[in-house]
Amino acid sequence: MEGMSSDTLGARRVADLRLDFPVFRDAGEHAPAYLDSAATSQRPARVLDAEREYLEHHLAPVHRGASAAVGRSTTLFEDARATVARFVGAGERELVWAENATDALNIVALGMADASAGLGGAEASRFALHPGDELVVVEAEHHANLIPWQRLAARTGAVLRPVRVDARGLWGPAELAAVLSPRTRVVAFAEVSNVTGFLAPVAELVALVRERSPEALVVLDACQSVPHRPSDLAASGVDFAAFSGHKMLGPNGIGGLYGRAELLDALPPARTGGSTITRVTLEHAEFLPAPHRFEAGTQPVSQVVALAEAARYLDELGMAEVARHESALAARMAEAVAELPGVRLIGPPPGEERAGLVSVVVDDVHAHDVGQYLDEAGVVVRVGHHCAQPLHRALGVTATTRASAHVYTTEDEVDRFIDALGGVRRFFGVAGAGEQTGVVA
Amino acid sequence: MSGLEGLYQQIILDHSKARHGDGPLEHAAAEHHEYNPTCGDELTMRIRLDDAGERIEELAWQGDGCSISMASASALVDLMAGRTLEEAGERIDAFRAMLRSQGAGEPDEELLEDAIAFHGVSKYVMRVKCAMLSWVALEACLTEARATRG
Ligand SMILES: Cc1ncc(COP(=O)(O)O)c(C=O)c1O
Repeated sequence: MEGMSSDTLGARRVADLRLDFPVFRDAGEHAPAYLDSAATSQRPARVLDAEREYLEHHLAPVHRGASAAVGRSTTLFEDARATVARFVGAGERELVWAENATDALNIVALGMADASAGLGGAEASRFALHPGDELVVVEAEHHANLIPWQRLAARTGAVLRPVRVDARGLWGPAELAAVLSPRTRVVAFAEVSNVTGFLAPVAELVALVRERSPEALVVLDACQSVPHRPSDLAASGVDFAAFSGHKMLGPNGIGGLYGRAELLDALPPARTGGSTITRVTLEHAEFLPAPHRFEAGTQPVSQVVALAEAARYLDELGMAEVARHESALAARMAEAVAELPGVRLIGPPPGEERAGLVSVVVDDVHAHDVGQYLDEAGVVVRVGHHCAQPLHRALGVTATTRASAHVYTTEDEVDRFIDALGGVRRFFGVAGAGEQTGVVA
Repeated sequence: MSGLEGLYQQIILDHSKARHGDGPLEHAAAEHHEYNPTCGDELTMRIRLDDAGERIEELAWQGDGCSISMASASALVDLMAGRTLEEAGERIDAFRAMLRSQGAGEPDEELLEDAIAFHGVSKYVMRVKCAMLSWVALEACLTEARATRG
């Protein structure tokens, strides 16, 4: 199905941009279709080169010492922050470097734990939790946006209030409204679910929280949205947001925490040490304003520099185009998958908006077996619970099979996934009589 | 798809549906639950011993998982019923060695009988744990049984 749908970027354009990625450029004709970008994305040569260029010619400490080399390195480090901040719609002081999204979410949760223990003075008291306060998390959340809140509840006596999902794994304002209360102090949810592909209506949800729970902080897991669609975090109205570099064509080991400046300046830094402080005595330390108060110890500077290059690359492609391309691929997958006998599509039904991924359950075949079959057919997908066990429990399955796209994903790759998926039930001997099955090339 | 057929031999696909030993067991001498957090597969193994406490009179399991883990539990039951604890332990060791072989060598058919069909799994590192699930659970049951026997 060599096709040029008007909504994807077009076969020619994608073929061209794939040449930017060594993994695709150097792959033979029969290279596997990489449909696991929601786990980790591939990187363009530009990003790899930027990291190497920094390491070969500019490597020096940042924010420590007075040499010209430190000055250059520090400028590169902070320029990179400005670039990535602009990319996600944050002020420069509103972007804290973290190891990844998981780390970013922990910075918030642990900072609140510190505030609850009385650290951070009067200005931190707005983060202090008391027994009976409520933390709202969605049942569909990635463990990264669940477990830190569980721990915070355990440390403070706050209680976790889950937002329930329906049989497709979906939820919305009504389900959120059902659990909001004046005692709600945190509302944590993902803008895009890494399993269902559901796109949360962020503005509407934020408005609802402000109306029902004026004391609540809204924490957005933007891990699957920042890499795939235009982001304007400051305009979105959320209080904090987290994302990972390795899902946005950038390096491992670097991610970002967005926070409104006034909040970041008041949140106690849970990890402390060198580079975070103003005045230190033997008894006491005072901390810098954001973002540096959170960046304890030597930072991953080369990754930061490379992440900025990834942001520039995506920006040049245009995030609206990226989103359109991926949505078109997702629609193509959702429609085709819904037609396959014995295959259940999780998340929004065909025709409804979804992010660039689909997860499925193949009746009578375990996801690991599905994944093995697809692997052999040259299609790389992710199987398992995708770090979302409560969601899978709600769906009544232990594991699903997920195919996810990025801007470099082709219609042909998606079609190979669909064709191979259609052959699974026959291979495992569970296809019903007369069940039409796909053919694996 | 020769690779895939090496992994999913017919005997494995058959066992994954037949699920020998799937069910509860009364008066178990030992019981052990195994969980694979990467895929969510889980299995509880139970064994009943003869009066001397030396022989596995019956073994049964309950669980949920992929075809490899379910088939492996089924083949395990066929192989182990009636064995002494020592014989069972020896077979678990041989099975583990086979799964760690990464496709090398010849498995010991005399010891492992039909379970040699899982030799192909050893080439798929991500699936070795699936095949081992019930065997590890049985191993823990044997340890528990020996401890009670004193
Ligand atoms: C929705 C979502 N949140 C959080 C994470 C955690 O990302 P990381 O492992 O990079 O911290 C992921 C990635 O697996 C994700 O998909």
